[in-house]
Amino acid sequence: MLTILFDGIAYGMLLFVLACGLSVTLGLMNFINLAHGAFAMAGGYCTVVLVNRLGVPFALGLPIAFVVTAVLGGLLERTLYVHVYAKPHLDQVLFTIGLVFMSVAATDYVMGSSQQFVQIPDALQGQFDVFGIGMGKYRLLIIVICGLLTLALQLILSKTRFGSRLRAAVDDQRVARGLGINVGAVFGITFAVGSGLAGLGGALGAEILGLDPTFPLQYMIYFLIVVTVGGTSSITGPFLASILLGVGDVAGKYYVPTLGAFAIYAIMIAVLIWRPQGLFARSTAR
Amino acid sequence: MAPLADDVAGYLKRRARWSAVEIAFWVFAFATIWLLPSKHLILTETAILALFALSLDLILGYAGIISLGQAAFFGVAGYFSGLVAKYGIINEPVVALLCSGLVAAALGFVTSFLVLRGSDLTRLMVTLGISLMLGELANRYSNITGGADGLQGVTIAPIFGKFQFDLYGHTGYVYCLTVLFICFVIARRIVYSPFGLSLRAVKGNALRGDAIGIPVKWRLVAMYTVSAGFAGIAGALLTQTTAFCSLDVLSLNRSADLLLVLIIGGTGYLYGGLIGAVIYKFMQDWISTMTPQYWQFWIGLILVVIVLVGRERIGAWNEGVRAALARLVAHLVARPAVLGSAAPDRN
Repeated sequence: MLTILFDGIAYGMLLFVLACGLSVTLGLMNFINLAHGAFAMAGGYCTVVLVNRLGVPFALGLPIAFVVTAVLGGLLERTLYVHVYAKPHLDQVLFTIGLVFMSVAATDYVMGSSQQFVQIPDALQGQFDVFGIGMGKYRLLIIVICGLLTLALQLILSKTRFGSRLRAAVDDQRVARGLGINVGAVFGITFAVGSGLAGLGGALGAEILGLDPTFPLQYMIYFLIVVTVGGTSSITGPFLASILLGVGDVAGKYYVPTLGAFAIYAIMIAVLIWRPQGLFARSTAR
Repeated sequence: MAPLADDVAGYLKRRARWSAVEIAFWVFAFATIWLLPSKHLILTETAILALFALSLDLILGYAGIISLGQAAFFGVAGYFSGLVAKYGIINEPVVALLCSGLVAAALGFVTSFLVLRGSDLTRLMVTLGISLMLGELANRYSNITGGADGLQGVTIAPIFGKFQFDLYGHTGYVYCLTVLFICFVIARRIVYSPFGLSLRAVKGNALRGDAIGIPVKWRLVAMYTVSAGFAGIAGALLTQTTAFCSLDVLSLNRSADLLLVLIIGGTGYLYGGLIGAVIYKFMQDWISTMTPQYWQFWIGLILVVIVLVGRERIGAWNEGVRAALARLVAHLVARPAVLGSAAPDRN
């Protein structure tokens, strides 16, 4: 029982790191980025190549995956995404689905269609036994890393100058622009960091979520659930939503395996009907 | 006021009239039955895709609802028609087709209340969620649907007890094309009716539509239901012509490809889906013979390029070609008409 809770929290934390970039881009630019999972996949494959083929230590592979995907995200944002912000939602959906298709086929071409595994150091394998609860070492590591990241993000958002600029831009883009905040630059940086985080999440999660070329399509719906249920106005909303989703999904698959992912989709639709703005959203008129 | 109302009514009536280009289009479409007998299998798929795209155009182009879940109706009706044929509940394909359409329309009616709430993003999520849920259900209940292996052992009875489906798809093609034509005529009638015009008003500005007394919600519900029915008929056609149904009918790729089809052909214009389907199918055929495994990459690239170039500009070439075609056909029609009127004189 507690093991399930523990696994669920680890899974939820992972989802949060994967999806928080998406929630900020959606909230800030009102931009529907269905290709967010592609960055996560890029991070995952980057780690696979570094750790398995080049023999880079796992602990070093993670930050490199973060940097590589952040740079990739920043580049794509400056070259391609900027042209699409002002377009209608239909165009954004088409554009990002196109990117997903391209990334899936390109990964298939370069890396092959089989599932990839990251070689995790022996020290991280096995379980602790705390008060009779079996805790996987690797999952514990995920919880620690993701917890620290969440704290850091929260601090950056609430304490730094960049954080207040970002919050101002999310709340009201036009007024923020009027106050002399360079919204485009803020957005570019946020997009890059968000992609980097997704890459890091993909690298960490390769072991748990599985990594193959269809990753962006498989997990797209999970990211979108986190964002729509959690709302886009804060970072706590998506965080709570992803923990709920993680625990709910793991528990659902354990207790009622016949239903599978069905329960999660049903809950999502119910939430969206009940609170179209998201469960934890502030009721701001936008 | 009365003359003005008459003017408007006359204008709308003229707009709804069948033009020469349209007649030529359908004459050519039916001529392919005899002209291209070796291509009937791919043409059958094209006709089904065209009907499916038509169904999306009805809600996207005419009612302005973005949907990523049109495959839900396609798939449900596909499975329904496969199951009734497999267990011999309804043997006559035409009756089964109508029933599948009704089942899909009923599903569309029920889900429309969920879809019509909230913003574009919520709609995307709900439509996507519904089709994913159905896909998950079809996967779980593999004892009924056959799961990942697909629904096997479906035998489709001859149409009207006379026309047996053959291996080369000749019967199938004639059947699909006829159904497509009938559905198209119905869709055309809907679009040019006062009901269709009111939907255009709603799409233009829902608030003002409400203000001039259009029951916005119910109009959208009705259109969504009709569109779901059409998508269902397309799904049932696919099952009937291939005598097979797999989980693929409910996949996200199907909905996404459908959007691409419609974008290529142009939205808010009934022939958009039809022309898009023809272009898309032949393009897919061509690309997949070049790179069988990676054709999805090129499809993705086309989507990205279309958005970056701008859909309006893509629509513009469309308009130009249409105008040129109209002139050409008018020219061709004018001549035989002159000859035709001269001929009786001689007799």
